[in-house]
Amino acid sequence: MAIIERPAPTAPILLRAPVTPSQSMGIVRRPVTSTGWKSWVFTVDHKKIGIMYGVFAMFFFIVGGVEALLIRLQLAAPDGKILSADLYNQMFTMHATTMIFLFAMPMAAAFANYFLPLQLGARDVAFPRLNALGLWLLVAGGLILNSSWFLGGAADGGWFMYSPNSGPVFSPSNGVDFWTLGVQIAGFGSLIGSINLIVTILNMRAPGMTLMKMPVFCWMILVVQFLLVFSLPVITVALVLLTFQRSFGATFFDVAQGADPLLWQHLFWIFGHPEVYVLILPAFGIISEVLPTFSRKPLFGYPFVVFSGASIGLVGFGVWSHHMFATGLGPISVAAFSIATMAIAIPTGVKIFNWTLTMWGGKIWYSTAMKFAIGLIVLFTIGGLSGVTHAVAPSDTQQTDTYYIVAHFHYVLFGGMVFGLFSGFYYWWPKVFGKMLNEKLGGWNFWLMVIGMNMTFGPMHILGLQGQPRRMYVWTEARAGEGFFNFGFWNRVASLGSLILAIGILLFLINVVHTTRKGKPAPLDPWDARTLEWITTSPPKEHNFDRIPVVHHLDDFFHRKYQEDATTGTMVQIATGEQLVRDEEANADAHIHLPSPSYWPIAIAIGVGTLGMGVVYGVPIMIVGVLIILGSSFGFVLEPSVADDIDYDPPMSGGQDTKELAPLG
Amino acid sequence: MAMWLFLGSECLLFGGLISTYMLYRGRITQGPRPSQIFDIPFTSVSSFVLLMSSLTMVLAVTSAQRKDNVRTKLWLTITALLGATFVGGQVYEFTAFYNEGLGFTTNLFSSSFYTLTGFHGVHVTVGVIMLLSLRGIISKDKDTGDRPEVVELIGLYWHFVDIVWIIIFTLVYLIPA
Repeated sequence: MAIIERPAPTAPILLRAPVTPSQSMGIVRRPVTSTGWKSWVFTVDHKKIGIMYGVFAMFFFIVGGVEALLIRLQLAAPDGKILSADLYNQMFTMHATTMIFLFAMPMAAAFANYFLPLQLGARDVAFPRLNALGLWLLVAGGLILNSSWFLGGAADGGWFMYSPNSGPVFSPSNGVDFWTLGVQIAGFGSLIGSINLIVTILNMRAPGMTLMKMPVFCWMILVVQFLLVFSLPVITVALVLLTFQRSFGATFFDVAQGADPLLWQHLFWIFGHPEVYVLILPAFGIISEVLPTFSRKPLFGYPFVVFSGASIGLVGFGVWSHHMFATGLGPISVAAFSIATMAIAIPTGVKIFNWTLTMWGGKIWYSTAMKFAIGLIVLFTIGGLSGVTHAVAPSDTQQTDTYYIVAHFHYVLFGGMVFGLFSGFYYWWPKVFGKMLNEKLGGWNFWLMVIGMNMTFGPMHILGLQGQPRRMYVWTEARAGEGFFNFGFWNRVASLGSLILAIGILLFLINVVHTTRKGKPAPLDPWDARTLEWITTSPPKEHNFDRIPVVHHLDDFFHRKYQEDATTGTMVQIATGEQLVRDEEANADAHIHLPSPSYWPIAIAIGVGTLGMGVVYGVPIMIVGVLIILGSSFGFVLEPSVADDIDYDPPMSGGQDTKELAPLG
Repeated sequence: MAMWLFLGSECLLFGGLISTYMLYRGRITQGPRPSQIFDIPFTSVSSFVLLMSSLTMVLAVTSAQRKDNVRTKLWLTITALLGATFVGGQVYEFTAFYNEGLGFTTNLFSSSFYTLTGFHGVHVTVGVIMLLSLRGIISKDKDTGDRPEVVELIGLYWHFVDIVWIIIFTLVYLIPA
């Protein structure tokens, strides 16, 4: 019932009988504090929600990283004894699941939530409470997923959880149940979040910002949200079928009854392949902001970058079966999917060229953010090229389920996505926290990650081509091979590399602690940036902008600072970022009314979590969950989007405040 | 617009379920065949009831746009009643099938049939709850937004659920396996 967050210009009923929260549900007053833990738990502020997404994702990045290190330690020497075969299965399953669903997607959501409204010149997202609901559903899903470690063992079927292997016969522990429910609930969270962000982008841009004047980051987020809206329901179906099979005895994946083992694979990969673009495109968006800023040039071929991003999204829906070349689909489908997969390399290549040409001839400033962005271009290109070799079906059948695949997707996901996110950390840290991350530590951070990453995943190409299978929990000296292709040597290199990588990431965490305690305050415009988020204070005020900016150009902030000199044809600085921010403060809007915090998003999420646990532990708990959901949904719907004056503490004087969040249209 | 996006997403949800059903409809190793248990006249009547509820929903939306609260409430109630009738028919039908030996776990056809139609039934039920809540909100004058738009959005959802039923009815009941 999102409509209530919209300004309601004609709401005579509302004026006649003002709805106070205490009337709505009769129990509680709205939370109105702006400090302390309540201000976070019940917030609807997109910036606080963004930071919470970030903290949550970072926590699970560390969890997933520890899982990865345990895997590498197990494989560092022949006949590894650190993990049992069973525990090893759980470890790689949860490593992948955690990194994808609990780190990568939430971290992208963190950036999207925080910066989308700021880059669009809006005061908040379109549906602030749904935004909070998305976050808390994700938290509920993450907790359910990881609670399995303590409740009889985690899921062990791989992140793709192929059925019938994940059915009750072959996976008797509750791990898979927790996995399906956790992913399901986190998926609902993403779905709600993506609907919210699409509406925000399409409806809440600042006046004058046409779609083609919108920053590339926003464009990429838009594409990602469309991918999510149309791919998440498919995995929902797959997960529902699996849950019904496991918990209620349905027969969907029961081969004895004639079930088709490929059904799960198709449903999963129709979601799973768009998902990889969901992971990478936000990183593309981030570096499309970072590269122009630090090259001091506009992005080369903006429309090409935008449309190639959109076409990656579109074609991304038509390539899922390349994950299934080894299943015997038949020559025609294999050829079609093979060609489609190769075709997707074209828009990706276009982007690489555009980024390179953005740097070409620019005055490049090698800040840490820029180093990570360049790192992405190089490492992603390597991963992309090995990806094209998978598109060739005959070659793929050789590579399927070997370490070559592991090498490929870690180059694109770690070298691509993670580097992009780190670039974003260094670029936007001063904006979010008002302090500069230490550049010297940042340099160490970057180089250790580059070395560690290449040492870890580079040798996996060799291991894979030599035939080391994925998900193998030990290797033996007797079958390790000789000379250059010795398994043992390259496995040791990879394990050593993973330690270096871990140290690199540890340095980032040290940098964060160091900056928080001793970092110097950031200038208002430390990077001479180009987009609207820099036209306000750092960290931004609760209402983002003192006055809603009116946009005339792509990279409007840059064009407010620089103007073309008519005689020489060069760009001349006419104002500094500081001056522009002061100017905005001097001309602040008189009436700014923001949406008020709410209990209901987290209440609904608790209900959904309870329902999920009920599927494992019995119907009574499910009923409790459904009741909580129903009750809090009514609370959610009946609650006015803006608290009454008397709900503020101290009560606010009733004034002529407008209800606007941001102009629509 | 959010509702449109949500419905777009729902299309794929039902798309997935329908595909599963179409894949499995003929795979019956035990238990009765669909042609032995389907009661086409009965289901046609309940489908007709559901389709009529779309008409009454349209009437509710137009009344809401004319700010005619009495008529809006009336049409919302009738729509909800028609929806509830449909759900009741489905419950009856499920019970009858079950008694004829088609359990949820009997075979692939039954699992996918009950999942598909059951999901649709849950959607109708949620719709009925929304309609009745909306009626209650209007009579207590407690709505928190632009009323005609709220009615229209719920109407949108309702029509979507109806359209999905037309597809399900055709594919599941009318086309022989």
